[in-house]
Amino acid sequence: MESPDSIVLTILLFWPLVSALLVILLGSSDSLIKKGSIWASLLPLGLSIYLLFEYDSDMGGMQFEQFAKWIPQLNAGYHLGVDGLSIPLIFLTTLLSTLSLYYSAGVINERVKEYFFLMHLLEFSMIGVFLALDYVLFYVFWEISLVPMYFLIGIWGGENRGYAATKFFIYTLVGSVAMLLAILGVYFATGTFDIVEAAAAQPFAGNLTLASLAFWGFFLGFAFKVPSFPFHTWLPDAHTEAPTAGSVILAGVLLKLGAYGMLRIMLPSFPEASVYWATWIVGLGAIAIVYGAFVCVAQTDLKRLIAYSSVSHMGYVMLGIGAAAAVMTPDALAGAVNRFGLTAEAIQDSAAMALNGAALQMFNHGIITGALFFLVGIIYERAHTRDLARFGGLATRTPHFYGLMLVAAFASLGLPGLAGFWAELFTFRGAFAIMPYWAAFGTIGIVVTAVYILYRIIQNVFLGEYDPSKLPHWTTVQGEHADGPTDMVGFEKVTMWPLIAAMFLIGIYPTPLVSYFNQSARELLAFVQNLV
Amino acid sequence: MGDLGYIAPEIILLIGGLFIFCLDLAYDPGVGKKSGLSYMALSALFLTAALVAAVLQLNISDPEAGPKIAYSMMTIDNFGSFIKVTIFSGMILTTIAGGRYMNRRSGNQGEFWTFFLMVSLAMSIAVSANNLVLVYLAIEFLSITSYMLAGFLRENRRSNEAGLKYFLYGSIASAVMLYGISLLYGATGSLYLHDIAAAFSVLMGESTEVSGLAFAALPAMLLILAGLGFKASLAPFYQWAPDTYDGSPTPVATYLSTASKAAAFAVLARFFIVAMASFEVNWVPVLAAFSIITMTMGNLAALRQSSVKRMIAYSSVAQAGYILMGLVAVTSSSPSAMDGLNGVLLYLFAYLFTNVGAFLVVMALEETVSSTHISAYRGLIMRAPWLAVMFTVFLLSLTGIPLTGGFFGKFYVFGAAIQRQYFWLAGIGMINAGIAAFYYLRVVREMFFTSESEGGTLEVPMALQTSLLICTVVTVWIGVYPSAVLDWVSNASVQLLSVVP
Repeated sequence: MESPDSIVLTILLFWPLVSALLVILLGSSDSLIKKGSIWASLLPLGLSIYLLFEYDSDMGGMQFEQFAKWIPQLNAGYHLGVDGLSIPLIFLTTLLSTLSLYYSAGVINERVKEYFFLMHLLEFSMIGVFLALDYVLFYVFWEISLVPMYFLIGIWGGENRGYAATKFFIYTLVGSVAMLLAILGVYFATGTFDIVEAAAAQPFAGNLTLASLAFWGFFLGFAFKVPSFPFHTWLPDAHTEAPTAGSVILAGVLLKLGAYGMLRIMLPSFPEASVYWATWIVGLGAIAIVYGAFVCVAQTDLKRLIAYSSVSHMGYVMLGIGAAAAVMTPDALAGAVNRFGLTAEAIQDSAAMALNGAALQMFNHGIITGALFFLVGIIYERAHTRDLARFGGLATRTPHFYGLMLVAAFASLGLPGLAGFWAELFTFRGAFAIMPYWAAFGTIGIVVTAVYILYRIIQNVFLGEYDPSKLPHWTTVQGEHADGPTDMVGFEKVTMWPLIAAMFLIGIYPTPLVSYFNQSARELLAFVQNLV
Repeated sequence: MGDLGYIAPEIILLIGGLFIFCLDLAYDPGVGKKSGLSYMALSALFLTAALVAAVLQLNISDPEAGPKIAYSMMTIDNFGSFIKVTIFSGMILTTIAGGRYMNRRSGNQGEFWTFFLMVSLAMSIAVSANNLVLVYLAIEFLSITSYMLAGFLRENRRSNEAGLKYFLYGSIASAVMLYGISLLYGATGSLYLHDIAAAFSVLMGESTEVSGLAFAALPAMLLILAGLGFKASLAPFYQWAPDTYDGSPTPVATYLSTASKAAAFAVLARFFIVAMASFEVNWVPVLAAFSIITMTMGNLAALRQSSVKRMIAYSSVAQAGYILMGLVAVTSSSPSAMDGLNGVLLYLFAYLFTNVGAFLVVMALEETVSSTHISAYRGLIMRAPWLAVMFTVFLLSLTGIPLTGGFFGKFYVFGAAIQRQYFWLAGIGMINAGIAAFYYLRVVREMFFTSESEGGTLEVPMALQTSLLICTVVTVWIGVYPSAVLDWVSNASVQLLSVVP
């Protein structure tokens, strides 16, 4: 009798696919599809919580691993596993998927069957990326996550959806193919497609040219997804046109795939190239923080504003990753010791802190921006516009909505006591010790963030006198005529509260979450330090 | 008897073709009676028998045993048999799906299906031929029957144009190829691929400098490449292809862009790998250049098409460029799992089912709404959901998205290029993949991104649906679990590479 742990990942992975097929085969009525989908999505959510509790952090490393033969000719296998980095991200994926399905059940009434089929398929591919420890498997999931998102934007999106969907698909495809070439390069250098084995074999060690080529191949693939400045131009379009749940998943999970790839693949596999190019990653990250924040201030469309804020916030992730990468190898660490006059331990701590900040920012950004996109969707269902000039004084009319928006916006701004604070603190604390100038430059972004959050969102939309002439036509969420803005209804509150609660929880007591990330950050640094 | 057994697929096809021809002469169903579907069924039957024969050959010859020679002119090896299996599968699918289409458009069904079997026979001979005269004859046989099939709809001006264009380009290409063959014969005194290779390796000796009689190999190589490149629709010899694919009856366009191309690639691979082994350093850059031009030109032209049939025609030109990339990266010295030849074979196999499927969707739309224009695909998801879904699978496979056969095809050819460190070639392939995605997605966009449904549900004929379903299942099967096909593929290529002197 095998223990259930040996197949838990397979169930977690394939259950959404089974759900998708059930939607197609058994979905006889819209309400059955909606109810069934929500219930079905609770299983992966439950399993991811199970993983959170069952992961043995004393032992660390990859756990719940599964091997099976898949393409023996190529030495490519079905290899799954989770560690402290992927478990919280899988939890994030399943949580946002369930909330998105629940929210969509309330607002999607067109082509319901296809919609829920695609949502399950999307969850399947995202979980697959986080679980896969084989390059071919990883790439397969990475690529197929494009397809359902493409359809979600293209079918249920806004006016310009065709353009946005195509742009999203092609940009990320070009990045992915670059990654594919790098994967093939790693395969020929190491003879295996196994991500863990390949990293241990250190492809192109000692050959900085080839290592850099592979590094940039991967970087292109991941940077398009993150998206890092200057590869971010698809993101505002895709976000603005996508349906609400699509934006939530896109910002909440899909962007994380890129950063996850950097941590899982680039840093451990190419430590020398990572050190060499670290300044670039940090620089691109810091530019993204500042540039994204400034662009936000100039937006007139609320959803586009949130989209650009993603560019800015994902910049923190890049900043943290790059800073840690800069002192990964023993040589680089020794260099840093000489330069700063600190002990090796202190610098290692800073690197770990930067990594923790980056990973925490990934998680928090998923929660916070997910919530913000839900909130934008909630107001859009009523106003049918996102033009900031049309809003004003909503605070008195929609107090519940205002309250939640306030929490999410302050979390996004990094107010202590809410989730966003810790990620920013860790990232900048880590990065300051290693790359002080870039980190200092990045802090400009924090100030500008306060500007667009406080001024553009809070003041513009909620404060002041409510003026009915600005936007005369309002509806309820069901699409019936209303005399003015109406507050959130039951299903919207149920969607929002778990996310708001998470912001408070992490804000007040981040230790449990950080301990997962810290585990894998320390392991990553130790892995690179102990390479011969 | 032994030799006769080796050419069983060819004999079956010959008997089938003659049988239908005689039946058509002897049997008069009366005025106004259509008998096309029974001929179609007969053709499918004979093709299936040939397929079974080819599959049996694939199984009986284990790689250790080495290839068998039939009548000294044909090499029956796993490589040839695998290509034959590929070709026959495509022809069967096209036959089943195309019966009704041809029946409604032409009264001369007996002739059509006779030619159809003869075309299959020609391809089958071409992929096994190891003598350049037989290669030439098979290619001519293939060409002439194809000209007739392309122009088969006599009352249709587009079909006439298709046949004529194909003929004019084709006859020049054949002449050029023949001249190349004569040069090789003059230089080496033989027409057998092995003897040519042996003669050249003697002429070349230890040096890598091409001089003396061996120098004749270089122009000959280019001339033969021109002839075969025409059949495989490589740039710059592809100009006939879009017009011909577009104007021909769709079943003919289907096999021209798939089976016929597979045959041409098989001949190319056999010729270059076996006969031109001494000149690898010379032909690799030439083929690489052809590969780059072909995929780029094909993709750029496909971007501008508003007819889906024409778009797929150009896209199949571009796909030939990717396949050629595999041939560029063949490593005859030390074959590995991800060898270029494996890439060529896997790509051809996956591409065949994908592209046949894509053309069958075009055929389905022609049958139901009589249009190939992209606007006819608008809102297809509402009118024929399964057709739209299957077309999406084919288009994603052509793009190279995972879980489809097209992905592993690209994976292998890109892999082979990386293995040989042709990074620039792989890089250009990467950019091309992005360009191609754009026009493939345009069709998907039309089909899915609107909820209007004008014109009600489409009734796609049963036979066509069956073929489509098979294409879809095979495309997805290769994408999900390629292991089985990879075994056949590596058996096939190992046997070809093992004979390289």
